[in-house]
Amino acid sequence: MVIRRKEFLQLGSLATASLFVPKFLKAMEQPGWVPPGNKIVVILQLSGGNDGLNTVIPVRNDIYYKSRPVLGIARDKALSLTDEASLHPALTHFKSLYDQGQLAVLNNVGYPNPDRSHFRSMDIWHTASRSDQYWQSGWLGRYLDAQCCGTDALTKAIELDDVLSLSMKGDQLKGMAFQDPRRLYGTANEQFFRSLNAGPAPEHAEAPVDYLYKTLAETLSSADHIFKQSRLRPSRSTYPNTELGRSFQTIASLAFSDIQTKVYYVSLGSFDTHVRQQPQQERLFKEMNDAVQAFTDDLKKQGRFNDLLLFTFSEFGRRVNQNASGGTDHGTANNMFLISGGLKRAGLLNELPDLTDLNEGDLKHNIDFQRVYATVLRKWLQVDDRAILKGDYTPLDFI
Amino acid sequence: MSNARNNLHLLWRAGFGPAVEQLNELDRYNPRQYWSALVKASEKPPTPIEVANNAIDGLVMGVQTFAELSKRELDPDQRKELQQRNRNGIRDLNSIWMSKMVNSSAQLREKMAFFWHGHFACRNLNVLYQQQLLNIIRQHALGNFGTMLKAVSRSAAMLNFLNNQQNRKDHPNENFAREVMELFTIGRGNYSESDVKEAARAFTGWTANFQGEFVFRRFQHDFGSKTVLGRSGNFEGEEVLNILLEEKKTAVYITTKLYRFLVNEIPDATHIQWLSDRFYKNGYEIGPLLEDIFTSDWFYENKHIGTRIKSPIELLAGIRRLLPMQIDDATGQLLLQRGLGQVLFYPPNVAGWPGGKTWIDSSSLMLRMRVPRLLLGEDEWNIGGKTDDDVQMGMMQRLQNRLEAKVDWMPLLSSFKKVPLEKLPAQLSDLLLQTQRAQTIALLKSYVVAADRDASIRQLTAHILSTPEYQLC
Repeated sequence: MVIRRKEFLQLGSLATASLFVPKFLKAMEQPGWVPPGNKIVVILQLSGGNDGLNTVIPVRNDIYYKSRPVLGIARDKALSLTDEASLHPALTHFKSLYDQGQLAVLNNVGYPNPDRSHFRSMDIWHTASRSDQYWQSGWLGRYLDAQCCGTDALTKAIELDDVLSLSMKGDQLKGMAFQDPRRLYGTANEQFFRSLNAGPAPEHAEAPVDYLYKTLAETLSSADHIFKQSRLRPSRSTYPNTELGRSFQTIASLAFSDIQTKVYYVSLGSFDTHVRQQPQQERLFKEMNDAVQAFTDDLKKQGRFNDLLLFTFSEFGRRVNQNASGGTDHGTANNMFLISGGLKRAGLLNELPDLTDLNEGDLKHNIDFQRVYATVLRKWLQVDDRAILKGDYTPLDFI
Repeated sequence: MSNARNNLHLLWRAGFGPAVEQLNELDRYNPRQYWSALVKASEKPPTPIEVANNAIDGLVMGVQTFAELSKRELDPDQRKELQQRNRNGIRDLNSIWMSKMVNSSAQLREKMAFFWHGHFACRNLNVLYQQQLLNIIRQHALGNFGTMLKAVSRSAAMLNFLNNQQNRKDHPNENFAREVMELFTIGRGNYSESDVKEAARAFTGWTANFQGEFVFRRFQHDFGSKTVLGRSGNFEGEEVLNILLEEKKTAVYITTKLYRFLVNEIPDATHIQWLSDRFYKNGYEIGPLLEDIFTSDWFYENKHIGTRIKSPIELLAGIRRLLPMQIDDATGQLLLQRGLGQVLFYPPNVAGWPGGKTWIDSSSLMLRMRVPRLLLGEDEWNIGGKTDDDVQMGMMQRLQNRLEAKVDWMPLLSSFKKVPLEKLPAQLSDLLLQTQRAQTIALLKSYVVAADRDASIRQLTAHILSTPEYQLC
């Protein structure tokens, strides 16, 4: 019997996973088997305010070393990118992505009148508002509002966490949060929930009770769908046995499936290193480096690295001067990593921070973070960024 | 409409739902009588909540250390300990206030304090300041809005949160003045940027000392003339607040917000007009405004009953009023609040919790529906704070949380002692659910345990509390 690929794929997504997994696995062994084309965005949130100056290090800058007599990372210890800039020693894989033209660094990203409170600044990054605006929906949620209709919104934006971030909540639609597809499936298969959901789902959800039942119906069916998809062509690569490693493996499995998720969201922290920064940041960077390495290698092996755009952000950077506790305090502008097999521009995209021109000891930003969002929305996801960001931001040229 | 249903509506909106002891007497009185009883029970001034064992010494000592903290003189361990002390203090404040919501007969006062807690939303990691602010809003919750506004505006918690200590004659900081206008009084669109700048000048020099007492720093105050909303004079902060209260838009803004909290998410222009006219004429007295709402005929219209999505705090308090329980694990409760999306004293920003449908996403709905079984120890869940910064409120990762509380079923079991088994599903649903679906009632029948009344009541209650309908009041 010959089954053309197109039909085979369709059948695969409809049929139960257990029936078809072996065949798919066999097919999976050949690289490039999964049809490329579904571009995905993976957002890695570095919670707590990552110290950008010890991430991308200005190794020729005396002010940096004077400001950080203890915390400063020596030039010969850091991983050299250019004559002036080096990476934190734990970011070995980021260095090799850089060498292959698959990593870009955007410096001095922030927003005017920066707020140094964790939750407020995170709020601003999540909603994409200005610092004097209080918005109640997130930018990725509004992407769902603008793009999706009906019940598949939940699987279009997925967060690997137990609680859904504000960034994923739109005015109408919301993404879905879970840590582990199997556990999600288990919860959703609680018999009482299934029985409650047995009746026809309400078509219009104007009455609050209908809205709740509609959400329940969508949650239960998405939980099934996600679980089955996660087992369709699961990633067989080895990932580090860390929370982030497991999350990235789940993302890979879903990216190889037919689920057509566009946005994945995952967090790592805490980078709030007021005290004894060095070991804390190193530990987190190692976790990040190893997980990202497993993930990008996996996607490369499957011929999907060109479809990936992964970027990191943190709610703020940290003060230029180290403090008296072997740490750094809350700061302002920061750098972002952008990783993809399909970068148009790689390497250092702009100049390193100017340490001679500070605002009360903090870095000044010269790239509004909303421009990164605009770039991702317009050029990668190909949607109208202006409506989603409620403003006109000039896109950048890295993709 | 039966008295019982109307009374339940009142008890959910003017308080945190019926207490189990009230279930059998709901038919005996009409809503007016219940309303009078609620008012009477909240009449006397509240006892302040104080979390430190040795309140004055403990806190002032903490505060002095705080003074050093701001000078960065603490070593890392001291600093960490101080932060931990404050976080634990705020956690205790949270659980004590929660237990007031559950157990106090002053339901109306605690419910309104909860409303003002969201209105005057404030994040501050100093437990003393948070405690002072909480006691201000509990004290004025049913009193005069203007008086409360002035007390909140002079509180250390709010002045610090909105950066007014940096608001000085030479370097004005507009944050405080802006939020007072945008969120606390007249609302966006009713003032200009110039009004904000001028009002900010009037608030220069408003600060607080480390004991949390208001201090007016004359040398930082701008004594010059200001023009705010068309009035000019050498205003000080108090006068700007008076100008804002003179604006009728403030009455409309507060009334609208309250109507959406107490009656319906969708504002009704006619009712709000009538209410705000009277609120303004009464000089912002909150008591009469509540009386106007809860004694009106329209409050009991069908379209308002069972249509409000409970906030997580209302959900948890409501369950605990029905099922008295002993909770030893305060941190577990905090994690539960976090998972559900509302932690007291940690509003998402100065605009407070947006409420309504924003409470619901797929994960929060699933967790809401699991709450009863988590509290009954029949389910586990491994939500946890991940990190130790203030975003995560210092909660360490806790795997396999068991939240089990010691539930006292006796009051509920005895309330339904005389109800025939086959009538239990309908009767329990009538008392526990403000909106009902025939399918759910039919489904519940399968949870009746033959010849075992107590087991049936337990099973039915646990399942009723796990329905989507129970999320509404």
